[in-house]
Amino acid sequence: MNWIFGDHVNTDQITPGRYNITTDPNRLGAIAFIEARPEFHEKVRPGDFILAGENFGCGSSRETAVIALKACGLQAILARSFARIFYRNGMNLGLLLVTTDTRGIEPTDELFLNPQKGELLNRTTGDCHQATVPPMMLRFWEEGGILSYLSRQGLDLSSLIRGG
Amino acid sequence: MRQTLSEKIFSRHCGREVFAGEYIIASVDLVMAHDTTCAWSLDPFSQISRRVWNSDRVVITFDHAFPSPSVDAASLQARIRRFAKEQGIPILREGVCHQILAERFVNPGDLVLGADSHTPTSGALGALAIGVGSTDFAIAMATGQCWFLVPSTIRLELEGELSPGVYAKDVALHIAARIGASGGTYRTLEYGGETVRAMSVSDRLTLTNMAAELGAKAGVVEADRHTAEYLQAMRPGYTVPDLSPFRSDEEAQYEQILQVQVGDLPPLVAQPPDIDRVISSGELEKDGISLDQIFIGSCTNGRIEDLALVARIWQGQRLHPDLRVVITPASNQVYLEALSKGYLELFLKMGATVTNPGCGACLGRHLGVLAEEEVCLSTSNRNFTGRMGSPKASIFLASPATAAASAITGKITDPRRFLA
Repeated sequence: MNWIFGDHVNTDQITPGRYNITTDPNRLGAIAFIEARPEFHEKVRPGDFILAGENFGCGSSRETAVIALKACGLQAILARSFARIFYRNGMNLGLLLVTTDTRGIEPTDELFLNPQKGELLNRTTGDCHQATVPPMMLRFWEEGGILSYLSRQGLDLSSLIRGG
Repeated sequence: MRQTLSEKIFSRHCGREVFAGEYIIASVDLVMAHDTTCAWSLDPFSQISRRVWNSDRVVITFDHAFPSPSVDAASLQARIRRFAKEQGIPILREGVCHQILAERFVNPGDLVLGADSHTPTSGALGALAIGVGSTDFAIAMATGQCWFLVPSTIRLELEGELSPGVYAKDVALHIAARIGASGGTYRTLEYGGETVRAMSVSDRLTLTNMAAELGAKAGVVEADRHTAEYLQAMRPGYTVPDLSPFRSDEEAQYEQILQVQVGDLPPLVAQPPDIDRVISSGELEKDGISLDQIFIGSCTNGRIEDLALVARIWQGQRLHPDLRVVITPASNQVYLEALSKGYLELFLKMGATVTNPGCGACLGRHLGVLAEEEVCLSTSNRNFTGRMGSPKASIFLASPATAAASAITGKITDPRRFLA
């Protein structure tokens, strides 16, 4: 299932400030879009996608926005563009954020994402889109986040930027 | 030399000359988090380290919901308190983190990492201050370093003199309307030109604060005489460093240079729920929008200059009886100065509510949460749906002058008739 959103989805919508007072990922998952899309938490299934327009994740730096969406089991968030702190947070926490042209994709279209190849195939329409995932994001995603990666590298930050 | 101020500051912190587009590891001068984002950093931190890299370079403030309004918030704060004590880091409870950083900690040329989106604020002092999430904060707290992509810079060249009744906030809203809510994404916004050179640091802080709303990585103003005077006034005994390195080279490569004429700007208002839905307050006045609450405060506009302006407009006036007016000074220093100048006495006698310094009503956790269908005019920076309370409430953003004038009439009002 593809959850379709518009432009400028902000982190106050994803995890509103008044509910955002916990560090527990499961409690955070339960407040994802609690006011903006109340049915989201109940109906979202592991492997679903969020599809959005420009500037997804703008606003507050709150990392809970990423933690909450990751806890919902999303396969990836596909958007035409992302806000920068959200993008960094997604990268760091191993949530796949894919920059691609999301226009025209329907909620029930069957999508197949190949992040390594940078391809998004719409099996319903047969369309193939370019799907951009920088090598660094791929690396952290494969490792389950920057902290596991860094722990393995003995906290050597210079290892982060090798290969771009 | 052909570097922007951003490129220069990054170069100073990674030991070689770097330019926009490069991935780098840089050492930071200061890292900051607050009662919410610091709590989220504790588990990530414990995964990679036991001691912070330098307890003198870690700033933790309690400002987002302090004193705690709920058991949940109190529990997070208790956890942070235990951590801070173990690590020998003092917890500051004297106002909004960004205001405290500007008043006490940030120097021109510094590279600052803050676990809060409005961290670009202290870029007004000629520093590079960048907002990140709690994991980046945890890594920087453990190592004193972070990874960065050196951003390109958009230079905003502000020209002209502001008309009476028009302030830095109006300029910030005008720029928002011009380049849009994602117009600065991944970039540094560098504010310069004759208008900015004439501005106080307080006004510059308003501009760089709002850079965050445009998606920017940082907002900067080149350090100058005003910067030096501000730092000396805020920090007795402060020795001003040579400020000449903290400006862009004439041959610097900008992604774009935008001329912004400010001479004809009217007082402006951002309409809910977007920062770039901007209209003049005069135009909005015709709609007769009745207000339920006015919030004067925040890292955008809670400084002494802002409160002085409110006090000036309110002299000899009455506040509209149907309205709640909540004033939250940005820091203890602002609070004390407002107290000694008699502003707080005036505000209280007029029926306004003056709260303790901090983020206050801005983020909808305490000290002025909005009910369904209520309308608020705020001097803060964010008017997203649900930001200050019910998702069915509406938030308009404006300057302290527009807020003060509207507090008298009870409706969104062009402040210029009260400034004659």
